[in-house]
Amino acid sequence: MNALAPETGLLPGFSDPVAEAQKTFRAVLEATSRPGTIVTAPALPSAPAPLTPVAAALLLALVDYETPLWLDPAARQPAVEEYLRFHCGCPLVDEPSQAAFALVTDAQSMPPLSAFHLGSDEYPDRSTTLIIQVPNLDGGDNWRLKGPGIRDQAILSASHLPVCFKSWVRDNHALFPRGVDLLFAAPTQLAGLPRSTQLEG
Amino acid sequence: MNTGYNFAYLDEQTKRMLRRAILKAVAIPGYQVPFGSREMPLPYGWGTGGIQVTAAVIGADDTLKVIDQGADDTTNAVSIRRFFARTTGVATTEKTVEATVIQTRHRIPETPLSDGQIMVYQVPIPEPLRWLEPRETETRKMHALADYGAMHVKLYEDIARYGHIATTYDYPVLVNGRYLMRPSPIPKFDNPKMDHSPALQLFGAGREKRIYAVPPYTSVKSLDFEDHPFEVQRWDQACALCGSTESFLDEVVTDDKGGRMYVCSDSDYCGERQKDQMQ
Repeated sequence: MNALAPETGLLPGFSDPVAEAQKTFRAVLEATSRPGTIVTAPALPSAPAPLTPVAAALLLALVDYETPLWLDPAARQPAVEEYLRFHCGCPLVDEPSQAAFALVTDAQSMPPLSAFHLGSDEYPDRSTTLIIQVPNLDGGDNWRLKGPGIRDQAILSASHLPVCFKSWVRDNHALFPRGVDLLFAAPTQLAGLPRSTQLEG
Repeated sequence: MNTGYNFAYLDEQTKRMLRRAILKAVAIPGYQVPFGSREMPLPYGWGTGGIQVTAAVIGADDTLKVIDQGADDTTNAVSIRRFFARTTGVATTEKTVEATVIQTRHRIPETPLSDGQIMVYQVPIPEPLRWLEPRETETRKMHALADYGAMHVKLYEDIARYGHIATTYDYPVLVNGRYLMRPSPIPKFDNPKMDHSPALQLFGAGREKRIYAVPPYTSVKSLDFEDHPFEVQRWDQACALCGSTESFLDEVVTDDKGGRMYVCSDSDYCGERQKDQMQ
């Protein structure tokens, strides 16, 4: 029972798990179905650093024992692992290619998108969903987006991403219907970039 | 509201599983995502897939509308609406414009949908190629390779036999130029409403355990040929109650002497028009 009786002061998850998980899911659904839309996170649970409240809310809402989770090296802190094991009960995996979900807290040193599970032609839904923590959603280059969920054009400007991130996203889209799906978690907001979205220019 | 159940009947782990499937479905428009369909308190064929999708999506702030063949007052619609009223306590409505979530069996409302609305379709058979190829392993490969020639041959056989494409409902569509999709048994009259719809469209097939989706503003093209373009049904009659010549009409037999009338299948649309005419 040691895993359930932490000595380090385990932080609580959602204060109202049913309603907050539902609201968080709807925010993710809005972000995924309308890429580029910046959605305000409806719940901000307390989270151990470097995990941010928005990223924690996404994990609490979507991850459980069925979904292997990959943490980037910066997030592999005992407090984070304990928090996720307790609240989500998810297996933590070492290989990005085995993950159903991946948490990136330090985007600058993240592996390329192609390192994650890309799904197969028969089962493209088995690919990884990445949750990438970013400091804001209006400080980066303006990416012009086109594709399903976008009426004419949408703009996304996530900041502090690796230099070659844009080309990774392009390569990811070129694999369609295979490919990973991205969720950006800013301090109070989130945005989505599913594989179906095309970058222009 | 019945407090004996979790919010929206399903347990939280089931909802998470459904939500993950829905998100992947939205990311791959038209692709059928397998999911662990649960036993629901009503039989297969009564909308177990649609109910599970609605249960995963719905929240306390939502307003739910449920229609069955366009009507809000039919058995299936009434019982599903009451099911969610009891297990979630959400507001329900019969008005299309007031609803945030619309669960439907076999129709799309005549009133245009708007941004922020979610359509949930009840789907009996999700696989468009199923009657052409019974093996799941093969249809899966056909989707992987976007090998949809068989469906074009089927439509061509219609033309060869009848002179026109005789498929009138569940008319196959190509989503985002990639996946062949069954729009569920809606009349082909409704197919054009799916194309670049501002609403998010989710599809749930409970018995067949598949969820798929069409995000807003996504191309949904009904299959056709250059010399046999896609066409929808037209009627010589107008609705006997509201006089609409734009809507999908049901034929109602009124006596045993051949008497019949045509009325709108969408009860909310027809009722609103009648109300306007009274004023």
